[in-house]
Amino acid sequence: MQAFDNSRGIGARKANFTPGLKLMSGNDAIAEGALYAGCRFYAGYPITPSSEVAETLAKRLPELGGYFLQMEDEIASMAAILGASLAGAKVMTATSGPGFSLKQENIGYGCIAEIPCVIVNVMRGGPSTGVPTKPSQGDVMQARWGTHGDHPIVVFTPDSIEELFWETVRAFNIAERYRTPVILLADEIIGHMRERLFLPKPATVNVQNRRRPRRDAGDYSAYQVPRSLVPVIPDYGEGYRFHVTGLAHDETGFPTNDPAVIEDQILRLHRKIDMGFNDIVKWEAYDLEDAEIVLVSYGSSARAARAAVTRLRASGKKVGLFRLKTMWPFPEQQIRKLAKQAKAIVVPEMNMGQIVLEVERLAGGACPVIAVNRVDTEMLSPKQIIKAVKEL
Amino acid sequence: MTFNYQQYLRNDNLPHIWCPGCSHGIVTKGILRAVDSLGWQKDDMCFVSGIGCASRLPGYIDANTLHTTHGRALAFATGVKMVKSNMHVVIVSGDGDSLAIGGNHFLHSCRRNIDMTLIIFNNNIYGMTGGQTSPTTPFGATTTTQPYGNIENSIDAVNLAMAAGATFVARTTAYHVTQMDKIFAQALAHKGFSVVDVMCDCWTAYGRRNSFKSQVDMLERYKDNTVRLEKWNKMSEEERAGKTPIGVFLDVQRPEYCEEQHKVIERAMSAPSEH
Ligand SMILES: Cc1ncc(C[n+]2csc(CCOP(=O)(O)OP(=O)(O)O)c2C)c(N)n1
Ligand code: SF4
Repeated sequence: MQAFDNSRGIGARKANFTPGLKLMSGNDAIAEGALYAGCRFYAGYPITPSSEVAETLAKRLPELGGYFLQMEDEIASMAAILGASLAGAKVMTATSGPGFSLKQENIGYGCIAEIPCVIVNVMRGGPSTGVPTKPSQGDVMQARWGTHGDHPIVVFTPDSIEELFWETVRAFNIAERYRTPVILLADEIIGHMRERLFLPKPATVNVQNRRRPRRDAGDYSAYQVPRSLVPVIPDYGEGYRFHVTGLAHDETGFPTNDPAVIEDQILRLHRKIDMGFNDIVKWEAYDLEDAEIVLVSYGSSARAARAAVTRLRASGKKVGLFRLKTMWPFPEQQIRKLAKQAKAIVVPEMNMGQIVLEVERLAGGACPVIAVNRVDTEMLSPKQIIKAVKEL
Repeated sequence: MTFNYQQYLRNDNLPHIWCPGCSHGIVTKGILRAVDSLGWQKDDMCFVSGIGCASRLPGYIDANTLHTTHGRALAFATGVKMVKSNMHVVIVSGDGDSLAIGGNHFLHSCRRNIDMTLIIFNNNIYGMTGGQTSPTTPFGATTTTQPYGNIENSIDAVNLAMAAGATFVARTTAYHVTQMDKIFAQALAHKGFSVVDVMCDCWTAYGRRNSFKSQVDMLERYKDNTVRLEKWNKMSEEERAGKTPIGVFLDVQRPEYCEEQHKVIERAMSAPSEH
């Protein structure tokens, strides 16, 4: 058979990117962001409201020399992207609630085996098959704790089409730099909504690739830990022969039952993300300087929160918004500080209260923390937030 | 000259975890002899497995190796093969791993006809977890989860693979090593998805519980219980009772997945861009 190695996006044509001002849906912006970041392998299983990510990539990936696979289910999709990533490609899958649950075991595999990949979850109403065509933010804690075991996770929560595009690019960069799965948590509203997006020239986009060992490395060992705490793992088929397992393993990549080695591995997984905190964690401070009341929100709820801030400011209230662009790791110090400065924190989200728990924990009683929730599948309105603020 | 297995093994990672008398070792050696007969280079080989006793095999082989989650080896392997389609990808899997939890991936890998080889270490039981019923446990056999005797009908991996669209399907046993070597070599060389169902034994979790006298006793039953396919085809229904046919059941060519995908890419890349 013809030898075909497409692990580095060989054959991408400039003509296949058309920079300029576009009107684009969120799901398409995710697909386009992935292509700009160098994604050349996608495997997925259709599910509303994420399917357009797959449909767009089914058309676009082959144009750039990349692969699109519709697998038999979400478990297989997650497995296939991990295999493809180990073979050297930049990889992504996209899904929604039920599919996200199915992927969890293999997401954990990606974490312990340190395999770069991007998982998109366009959240819909749940539990179970719930409300396929309506939004929710019910998977926040699943994104953090959905897998079994102790490991850190990286989760982005963009709130606009422009940001979806750029955060998808950044998700790939972070996944590659820290050799870790990165979850892009969107919701039905931003997935399906259309907004302006200025597509850049590909050459102007900062694209990062995982570091690979040099060919002549002597006493090479796959999971040897450098100072950055991120092991430099080669691709399959490049002349290094190494072992990858989901079992606890030592530097050689082979299973171990040694308590000290196991502890070291778990701690290092945490430490490598801790060390990258300033690089990974991003937030938006909106009218925060003199704010007495601080809204903490994310995704489409943050859009309502921003509108609420504008209207409340117009009526003379000192309100600001701390918007989580990165949800995990959580900006703990920043929230602690805000809690000490503010008279109250209000947390609007489209669930029964998930991130509010984290904010409460960090506020530690320094100020009241009020939840504003909505679970009828309609978007949180600025009015509802304004009402909550006025009732304080 | 005796065959030098060491050249293909990660000798630092031995001894292996398998019980004395387990036939996983016999099958592993068969795979290595087949690889050697084809002259495959270690750097060009990728061995992928799920979870179970059989699935520990890749760890012992000096190649690109991947030990994944229970049942998902085929899906991981598909990703590897797509990106590095010039690599030889071999999946080793237990009967539970490939036919129970991995049943769906088994069906769809056959249908997709991606150029990989699946070798099923079919020992009729869940070995690693201590002897629970597997999809190939014979009706009536005793297991830890069917202490009164198995009341489920078992799966025939060969029939299943043929129905699902695999392009090479064979069955052999850990007793018939000469046939096993030949079949492995054929399966590995085959272009398309090939499946080899290897009848083998778990003495620890199955044999003792099902009144076999010894490991050797278990292996030797294949002498009487199996029939070469050529002979099987000439036998009457009565003569076939209690016997299992072994040999190559199917060897055909159909469009191979990686090649078809590469054609799609060529078409898409040469089309005028609409973007
Ligand atoms: C999701 C999941 N479920 C269950 C298990 C437990 N488990 C480990 S191995 C195994 C069965 C192995 O049997 P088989 O595939 O026949 O291989 P053998 O050990 O007999 O070689 C099971 C159920 C697991 N590891 N993961
Ligand atoms: S438990 Fe059974 S299958 Fe596993 S190593 Fe022992 S004999 Fe082999």
